[in-house]
Amino acid sequence: MIEIKDLHKSYKTGNNSLHVLKGINFNVKEGELVSIMGSSGSGKSTLLNILGMLDEADEGSYTLDGTPIKNLNEKIAAQYRNKFLGFIFQSFNLINYKNAMDNVALPLYYQKLPRKEREERAMHYLEKVGLADWAEHLPNQLSGGQKQRVAIARALASDPKVLLADEPTGALDTKTSYEVMDLIQGINDEGRTILVVTHEPDIAQMTKRIVNLKDGRIIDDTLVNQVKALSNV
Amino acid sequence: MFNVESWQEIFETMRKNKLRTFLTAFSVFLGIFILVILMGFSNGIENGVSSQFESDATNKISIRTGITTKGYQGLNPGRRLQLRNGDYDNLNQKFEENIEYKTATYSTWGGQVNYKTQQGSYRIEGANADQQFIENQSMVSGRFLNQADLLQKNKVAIIGQQMKMDLFKDEDPIGKMIMLNNNVNFQVVGVYTDPGGSREESRLFIPLTTAQQVFNAGQDIRSISYTVKMSEDFDEAVATSTAMSEAINQDLRNRFTVAPDDRSAVNVDNTLEEAKKIYGLIDTIRYVFWFIGIGTIIAGIVGVSNIMLIIVKERTKEIGIRKALGALPSQITGMILQEAIFITAISGLIGLLAGVFVLEALSPLVETDFLRYPKADLATSLTTLLILIVAGAFAGFIPARRAAHIKPIEALRDE
Ligand SMILES: Nc1ncnc2c1ncn2[C@@H]1O[C@H](COP(=O)(O)OP(=O)(O)OP(=O)(O)O)[C@@H](O)[C@H]1O
Ligand SMILES: [Mg+2]
Repeated sequence: MIEIKDLHKSYKTGNNSLHVLKGINFNVKEGELVSIMGSSGSGKSTLLNILGMLDEADEGSYTLDGTPIKNLNEKIAAQYRNKFLGFIFQSFNLINYKNAMDNVALPLYYQKLPRKEREERAMHYLEKVGLADWAEHLPNQLSGGQKQRVAIARALASDPKVLLADEPTGALDTKTSYEVMDLIQGINDEGRTILVVTHEPDIAQMTKRIVNLKDGRIIDDTLVNQVKALSNV
Repeated sequence: MFNVESWQEIFETMRKNKLRTFLTAFSVFLGIFILVILMGFSNGIENGVSSQFESDATNKISIRTGITTKGYQGLNPGRRLQLRNGDYDNLNQKFEENIEYKTATYSTWGGQVNYKTQQGSYRIEGANADQQFIENQSMVSGRFLNQADLLQKNKVAIIGQQMKMDLFKDEDPIGKMIMLNNNVNFQVVGVYTDPGGSREESRLFIPLTTAQQVFNAGQDIRSISYTVKMSEDFDEAVATSTAMSEAINQDLRNRFTVAPDDRSAVNVDNTLEEAKKIYGLIDTIRYVFWFIGIGTIIAGIVGVSNIMLIIVKERTKEIGIRKALGALPSQITGMILQEAIFITAISGLIGLLAGVFVLEALSPLVETDFLRYPKADLATSLTTLLILIVAGAFAGFIPARRAAHIKPIEALRDE
């Protein structure tokens, strides 16, 4: 599903250049649930953003579902983001003046689906994350866990091949984190490929594979025995 | 880009961001509103001042004599100078080639006029046939004086619209007999209207020759008026008119032996020169209003641009989210532009209508001699609106396009 080879990324700030990713090689197969760990500043978010086509690498190759992602024009990039990728952010990134349902329906708007179908599908995914009764609520009327579940529903709405989550539980308490992880595990069980960036070892243990980053390099990549989130709730 | 879905999306956005919608709308509204009002008043002043002129022909030269106030060449002050038919004929002959219309008058104030039981006091003017054109009068019914009336000293009268209403009410005055000063009967042959209004319509014209006879005036005349043949070029006409009135002035001063600076003794008025000054004034007023108007438009453009910049800045993160969800750059730009254009167009239109409405409501209250029919020019208002819409769109376009093309991750990082 994802193949990256020798990926490099530097940030230029003024005259300085900060080499963040120093040659990353790794593959993710369809249906995997991978966590990316590492200390703060090790380049986890940078890697995930490149995988999500929110940012571009300086060097190296990236193939998503057999398609090389390189020098794409903005139109194609937008289509890939829309069809192949779903994002879940630590800070939720919901549009604050749209209610839960409209937020979930937004990627479908960019797929040019008719309004009625958008709403039906949005409702379906809200049900799936257990928030059907909150469809009309604005983000600021929801708790952090609820917001993240809306964000998950939104990421799922466009039926992407890969879900990318950057510290999805970073802003949540333990109990809520596990609920969110349970949701993510469920989605993975349905066969969807998911990458989760996290700080927390217990969250990482709930995935099937842990990739450890240090100073822009992968230092460890191991399969784990997945702990079901539900057993902890 | 302009499909129903995107409109729905935009209406929703506007509904949920009322303050920002209101601010944009208000600055456009205010700009157009002020402009329409300004334009209305500018036009009103122009109308008012021009109408001051319409009461008489603008190319008029009027000649009057009075009493000398200065001694000159051994003659004492205090002489009464009297124009006679001979002077009139003399001037006619001398300036024939520049004269368009000519008239000499002999008038009395407070003449008593009776019709049946109705009576009133009016100014009675003996005049020539051309008087009508010099005074800018037009006939409501009947005819004005003609050459035959003057030759035969006919006892016919042309009355003003106001007089007709006073004395005749709903009756048709044509052919009716009226009595002047309780001793002479005249037949009404025409009713005129004068742009000078009811004051100018409270007069009655009879043939000059008849007037001189009835009032025992002999050859005396009170005033002479001409209009000057207009050439295509306004400045040239003013020059001709000025030269002619100076020549007449000189001629009469020689004839009556009057000091060159004795204005009340011989007075030659040249309307065209006055007109030129007033037209100059109108132009100045117009420029001033345009200046303010353009200033208002620029302020409006700056206002709209500013708001658009702020809106785009404020929405950067939202733009990042939308891009992460798969929005095309063109969809982002389109969304912002469509909203900007829609708000500007609607609020501009409302401003225009409000301006027109306020002018309509206000105009009866503020109308004076110098301010009439304050109306905004529709074409100019619409053009201004268009300029504002384009400016708003343009002001929104630049930052919107920039925002639409930055990397989503950078937009998302915006707080
Ligand atoms: N836009 C940017 N410009 C300059 N430097 C950046 C930028 N984004 C990230 N960095 C730097 O790159 C390095 C890696 O950042 P990144 O966000 O990938 O770390 P991370 O592993 O996600 O850390 P955290 O666990 O704190 O989220 C950090 O040193 C950070 O300061
Ligand atoms: Mg990070």
